[in-house]
Amino acid sequence: MAALINVPSKAKRGDIIEIRTLTSHIMETGFRHTMDGALVPRDIITSFTCSYNGTEIFRADLFPAIAANPYLSFFTIARESGKLEFEWIGDNGYASTASASITVE
Amino acid sequence: MPTTRRQFLYLAASVTVIPIVTPRALEATPAMLNTAIRNIVGEAPIRTGKVKLDIPPLVENGNTVPMTVSVTSPMTADDYVKSIHVFNEKNPQPNIGNFYLNPSSGRAQVSTRIRLADTQRVVAIARLSDDSFWQVSADIVVTLAACTEEVN
Repeated sequence: MAALINVPSKAKRGDIIEIRTLTSHIMETGFRHTMDGALVPRDIITSFTCSYNGTEIFRADLFPAIAANPYLSFFTIARESGKLEFEWIGDNGYASTASASITVE
Repeated sequence: MPTTRRQFLYLAASVTVIPIVTPRALEATPAMLNTAIRNIVGEAPIRTGKVKLDIPPLVENGNTVPMTVSVTSPMTADDYVKSIHVFNEKNPQPNIGNFYLNPSSGRAQVSTRIRLADTQRVVAIARLSDDSFWQVSADIVVTLAACTEEVN
């Protein structure tokens, strides 16, 4: 459930800011076998969304080829002060959210 | 009659067992890669250029490979990158990730960490706002593979 979010706390209006997120998740591929040959069922995060004051600004579909503890970095234009919300959705009903606030001057 | 060395070798050679190998069908083929790409792109032509794929050419550990895709684009309301799609050639599944952008992204660049099951080619495709597709590919040598090892 733990997520690390890196968003600048302050930005000038119109600046392009980088948003970096890291969340803890096993991202079990569903292609691995145990020593006795049993298939380990898939358990991955399938979707990530980031919204900025309620508007979606970035979305990603993830596949088993994304490494464990998915890291994502992307950009957005700092338009107004407010809140960035992050949501991860995955197999077996996995859902996790996080948020960060930004002051735009 | 005792078996001579010559007879023994002859017999041994004639019954040499062909080892039965049952490889797990765990590799996406270039055909699967092509299908995955066509699922996204449709029949549209894919041009080379505009997209940059930053990924180390030699990877020691395929379990976590840093990757950055960037696209040359002004990112204005009428000329921007709609999405970036990343594919691989030889993982069990050809898709790596789909990333959806919009003009408010400001910069068409995405970074993540991926898994690579083998030495192979990674392809990144960008869809621009005029629905044209641009691609770039990179070859990566992987020494320790990901995804398919046994769980201890």
